[in-house]
Amino acid sequence: MSSISFFTPGDDPGADFLSLLKHNGLDPFSSDLPGSIDAGHATTVLAVRCDGGVVVAGDRRATAGHLISHRDMQKVFPADDRSAVAIAGAAGPALQMVRVFQLQLEYYEKIEGKPLTLEGKANQLAEMLRGNLPQAMQGLAVVPIFAGYDDTRETGRLFQFDVTGGRYEEQDFATSGSGSLHAGTVIKLGFRSDLTTDDALLLAVKALWHAADEDSATGGPDPIRGIYPVLSAITANGFRQLTDDESGEVFSQFREELSGGE
Amino acid sequence: MTMPGMYVSPEQLMQDRADYARKGISRGRSLAAVEYGGGVALVAENASSTLRKVSEIYDRIAFGGVGRYNEFDQLRIAGVRYAELKGYQYSREDVDARSLANQYAQMLGQIFTHEMKPMEVEIVVAEIDVAGTAELYRIQYDGTVADEQHWCCIGGDSESVIDRLADGWDKELDRDGAVNLAVASLAGSDRTITADELEVAVLAPENGRRCFYRLSDSETESVLAQ
Repeated sequence: MSSISFFTPGDDPGADFLSLLKHNGLDPFSSDLPGSIDAGHATTVLAVRCDGGVVVAGDRRATAGHLISHRDMQKVFPADDRSAVAIAGAAGPALQMVRVFQLQLEYYEKIEGKPLTLEGKANQLAEMLRGNLPQAMQGLAVVPIFAGYDDTRETGRLFQFDVTGGRYEEQDFATSGSGSLHAGTVIKLGFRSDLTTDDALLLAVKALWHAADEDSATGGPDPIRGIYPVLSAITANGFRQLTDDESGEVFSQFREELSGGE
Repeated sequence: MTMPGMYVSPEQLMQDRADYARKGISRGRSLAAVEYGGGVALVAENASSTLRKVSEIYDRIAFGGVGRYNEFDQLRIAGVRYAELKGYQYSREDVDARSLANQYAQMLGQIFTHEMKPMEVEIVVAEIDVAGTAELYRIQYDGTVADEQHWCCIGGDSESVIDRLADGWDKELDRDGAVNLAVASLAGSDRTITADELEVAVLAPENGRRCFYRLSDSETESVLAQ
């Protein structure tokens, strides 16, 4: 553990947590690995814009080859209280990236005395992906979605990324992972610009269900264990993740709709 | 630092530095920290609403500094870095005020004896546990660290403020009571301090993981009106 210290002006890492880590010999994305690993990106995560915010959701399954390794994996995380990040890709590097990203946002806020703008946060994540490119080339790719509530524009916004750190702002929705094609189609058909938060949650549930129905690496609802996909909403009131029970409610609503009842 | 052809006794040297630091600190206004049932209130007299004296270090730790702004702000940033790195390397629960206070004490002591100029600052590090019980550390310009109970005050007029805090404190205080006690103690009997001249923050577990919460001027105003 390094002790407390001052930096000389030229040396000062400023509000950048990543360079503070590197300064202390703790590069979280170092990549002098020999060979490559196929870690896959078997998942479905998505974000849908709604009136007054954005909904972010993801399934819970983690796979190792053809086996299911975890049934209650979390792939949607609050980045801070105004935004969320959802991950697809190699689990280890992805979780590490989320952790460093969360720390970076909080660190910046504390050092500078005010939080980054939503756009600034998205750029920070893009920067981290760029830093992870050597690892991605070796098979440990991370492909996140970033979404949040933009306080200055008073609207939800969402961003898609590629492994090279490319940042693409989407207007209506974004999906990532092996089930993203199916989920994306469902959302595309059901999307309207005036969706309420509840409508968007229901649409997210439909998309995840169809993705799980077609893609073996995407997990569906598991009522026996009480494990449901993670649903979250970010509005002017901040980030809120639904409990498993509440997610289960949205799934029963979907089931009723499927069976034609009301 | 060597000065050829001139001898100054170590006692004199330390005395001069201490006088210098105290003089700098006594020019500024004071800051009080008061424990209440379920948290700590930190109250500073501060006319600026952007240059902070009280700030957040980590989940359960807050910082207050008086004296030269650039110097205690440098200490604040060093503290945030220390805490964040420790939390990253170990876990968030491993970050504690006692070790941070010791680090500050080491640093200030080192600067006091080895640098040309001592830091003209006095700082307080406050931490609350899950129940809201407080730990308060007061660290002086020369690295002296003291573990204070229930309340503490740093800055120019701290002795008389401490007397008033001692008279007014009791363990039944709530948040608003603690803020009012701190403000009354800072002001003394012959003046009043308005909300826009104050900086008020609390550390309380009901704020979630990040216990630090800064009161706006209007919130402060309504607390003072009680």
